[in-house]
Amino acid sequence: MYGLFPLLASANWNSPYSEEGVESQVLYSSFSGRPKHLDPARSYSSNEYTFIGQIYEPPLQYHYLKRPYQLEPLGAVEMPKVTYLDQQGDPLPKDASIEQIVYSLYEITLREGVQYQPHPAFSPVDEVLLDRMEQLSDFPQPGSRTLTADDYIYQIKRLAHPAIHSPIFGLMTEYIVGLQGLRDQLKEARKESPEQWLDLRKFPLEGVERVDEQTYRIKIKGKYPQFLYWLAMPFFAPMPWEVEQFYERPQLKQKNITLDWYPVGTGPFMLTVNNPNRKMVLERNPNYHADFYPNEGEATDQAQGLLEDAGQPIPFLDRIEFSLEKETIPYWNKFLQGYYDASGISSDSFDQAVQLSGSGEAQLTPEMEQQGMRLQTSVSTSIYYMGFNMADPVVGGTSERARKLRQAISIVVDYEEYISIFANGRGIPAQGPLPAGIFGHQAGEAGINPTVYRWQQGKPVRRSIDEAKALLVDAGYPNGRDAESGKPLTLYFDVTASGPDDKARMDWYRKQFEKIDLQLVIRNTDYNRFQDKMLNGSAQIFLWGWNADYPDPENFLFLLYGPNAKMEKNGENAANYSNPEFDRLFEQMKNMENSPERQQVIHQIMAILQDDAPWLWGFHPKNFGLYHRWYRNTKPNLMANNTLKYARLDPVERNKMRKEWNDPVLWPLWGGGLLMMALVVPAWLGIRRKERQSLRVEVK
Amino acid sequence: MLNYILRRILYAIPILVGVNLITFFLFFVVNTPDDMARMQLGMKHVTPEAIDNWKQERGYDRPLFWNDAAAGAGQATETLLYSESTKLFRFDFGVADDGRDIGGDIRERMGPSLAIAVPTFILGLMANITFALLMVFFRATYLELSGVVLTVVLMSISGLFYIIGGQFVVGKLMHLVPISGYESGLDAFRFVLLPVAIGVISGIGSGVRWYRTIFLEEMGKDYVRTARAKGLPEGRVLFHHVLRNAMIPILTGAVVVLPLLFMGSLITESFFGIPGLGSYTIEAINAQDFAIVRAMVFLGAVLYIIGLLLTDLSYTLVDPRVRLS
Repeated sequence: MYGLFPLLASANWNSPYSEEGVESQVLYSSFSGRPKHLDPARSYSSNEYTFIGQIYEPPLQYHYLKRPYQLEPLGAVEMPKVTYLDQQGDPLPKDASIEQIVYSLYEITLREGVQYQPHPAFSPVDEVLLDRMEQLSDFPQPGSRTLTADDYIYQIKRLAHPAIHSPIFGLMTEYIVGLQGLRDQLKEARKESPEQWLDLRKFPLEGVERVDEQTYRIKIKGKYPQFLYWLAMPFFAPMPWEVEQFYERPQLKQKNITLDWYPVGTGPFMLTVNNPNRKMVLERNPNYHADFYPNEGEATDQAQGLLEDAGQPIPFLDRIEFSLEKETIPYWNKFLQGYYDASGISSDSFDQAVQLSGSGEAQLTPEMEQQGMRLQTSVSTSIYYMGFNMADPVVGGTSERARKLRQAISIVVDYEEYISIFANGRGIPAQGPLPAGIFGHQAGEAGINPTVYRWQQGKPVRRSIDEAKALLVDAGYPNGRDAESGKPLTLYFDVTASGPDDKARMDWYRKQFEKIDLQLVIRNTDYNRFQDKMLNGSAQIFLWGWNADYPDPENFLFLLYGPNAKMEKNGENAANYSNPEFDRLFEQMKNMENSPERQQVIHQIMAILQDDAPWLWGFHPKNFGLYHRWYRNTKPNLMANNTLKYARLDPVERNKMRKEWNDPVLWPLWGGGLLMMALVVPAWLGIRRKERQSLRVEVK
Repeated sequence: MLNYILRRILYAIPILVGVNLITFFLFFVVNTPDDMARMQLGMKHVTPEAIDNWKQERGYDRPLFWNDAAAGAGQATETLLYSESTKLFRFDFGVADDGRDIGGDIRERMGPSLAIAVPTFILGLMANITFALLMVFFRATYLELSGVVLTVVLMSISGLFYIIGGQFVVGKLMHLVPISGYESGLDAFRFVLLPVAIGVISGIGSGVRWYRTIFLEEMGKDYVRTARAKGLPEGRVLFHHVLRNAMIPILTGAVVVLPLLFMGSLITESFFGIPGLGSYTIEAINAQDFAIVRAMVFLGAVLYIIGLLLTDLSYTLVDPRVRLS
């Protein structure tokens, strides 16, 4: 009834929410598209991690406040114990050489007494009543049980399940012993009975061992220190076999009640409303184990009030409501009205929200400051780059001619200008593949790309067009023409540019190449054809990007590792770059602990890459986040997926501000009514007059 | 009439087969299952084995039109075309690539689409006809001239402008209704108020001009002259005689869209956060989810055929001279 009679209700007329929860710890957020998968073995997108990161608990997590990013136990009681083994399986000393290490053994001991969220899978299911169950909440008396090591083992086996299509299966077969063999067994078993549920407990996996109720071991091939980072991702979260069996019932599948849509975990929140077409709701898990806000962080955290809740039990929030919001304009307006607690900044609203100070620093506009908002920025652990296909006869290869051509192009494509025009200044021109915050990234003069920049007056300055032209002459293309044939050099740029801003963007790229008289032909194509071109190596210059899985230089530099070439191996090396010296140094670096020695190797790697210029390093995007004054404990953490448990609100303040900002304005309604009257009355009088005239004619 | 309906249903079968074939061709020949797999499996760590496995799990590794490996009728039936098409004609839409039941999704999203589309359609029709009749009533006066100018202005403005402008003025400046969102039940009222109002207003320009043309054409006919000669008031002539006689062209335009109302509106639903069917097909095309696209195209064709049939049937209701044979 409240919906029909907002006048009678105390809520604001334009509130998109009901009165319930107005003054409690309910966070209001949004999602722009429905998540595709919420199964932790399958999900691999940030929009999906927003949900499952709060529900599933892998063995490790990232410390919320400390930087550089640091792993700490989550499902585990302590950090995993790593033992290196030789071919016979005998332990090796910690400082054993990489050649000696045949296997690494990770022993993980779990917290005791951790319970799953209440769920009907843990209670006996009345099969007769199944047809009547329309949603999970219809099941009576949901149960729970204690987390065990078997659940973690079960999930690792799920990575090999042929029907789950885990995106990291291919990668993990290179490391987890026996994973490929398990896949083959499961495939065979599915051939025999495709529709039947496979109880993975019956299928052994050589590389995973249960030690006791609380402890398990993972055996991986060789040495792979980055494996710890994978243990902080939902792929390695626990999965009870009962849950998988529960969701396999056809009656539930028909109602879209599947494990891929209804996660079950031990985390601080549980998904209670799952309508991806409208609303998703996370509620506090009543069985959540003891967990506390961190006691320490960075030096500046205390001053920013981020340690005020130190040692307090978490989570603070009772409920998080995510509403589907596809368009940025309504989202932004609702944020300004206080109906969303935080917001990113789209280009439409950038000027309204942010202005640049004299020193180029982004700061809030007076209007936003008046509303008490807080701006937080962070350089994302991503890179958007322009790549050269190194297998291409013109721009690729290791010849001096091609290298100098690439270097010349690297100079003329002015990414400072690009960031300013197309990203509202939200980006950092990249000096190499490693963004700030990743070990190996060097700030200042030591970190600049000398091929493209000079260090002048304390900052990098892009080299001149004349220098680029000189390089082009050295490459044998004076004035953009082939010195031998005299023909103009035409280069081809393969893109999937279908957005509204893309024409301007492509024109901009073309103009950059024209600075040194190079002709750039844009070959615009759809996503599928573009993928084909990349796979068969027929693209010449292309745009690509990468978002880090974990904060280690290996996760960026492997994008240039020869054996990962896209053309031959369908790997992630989209440029098909191959340099034996780089490959050797990469192999050395990837197994090293973070240390000055590792930094030195990375420095050598950077020098090779910057000279070879297989990519125009492009830029690292900068994230801008706006928070209302009542939203506490926010610190950008680009690696952690479970940050909502640290968030706290002041709902009284929020309610007060919402009322203040949303008082109904009624005078235009009265004005509109008068205007209508002014239009209707003469018309009505006209009708009356006309009717009377015709009557008079009739009487005569 | 029953014979007529049966005949029309039989005519629909080859049309639906054709629609199905074209959709199938576009998706499986122009867009290969490998493309679909790559799109579904994401950008990172996608191996050829993962692609093969994905296709195998969905049965997309079978031959498209003809199976040489099979024997007898199996050569035609053990193909992707046959298996996918037969399910469709049983209205078994199957599951989307993300594992959700398509029929369930359609049922769920149909309601919010109808909550916007039905009132917009009914109120819009009433407003358009009323304003058109009034303009005809005041023909050759300043009111008609103002009306024509106003309708031209209204129809010259982009639909998106109405939406953004309406949200800005009513939701943001006046704080009268939520800018976007949706709730089920009675709470839906305050969420559909603005999109319906905007839908009606944005359609007035073209609608009124269209109906005005129809009514003006009717006004020149003999029966109108006769009615006036008999001394009937102008209002009665218009709202009784002219309106009734103009029903055939009105029904031609209106009834055919009735079944399609539940397909929703892409832009309105996107901007107002209405969880309807408007964006379902577009999202599926972007995600290369063939199962959804095929289901929605097929359903759209069925509904359009139903709409045409209903239009024909409605003629008999408003014009006794029309006989279906």
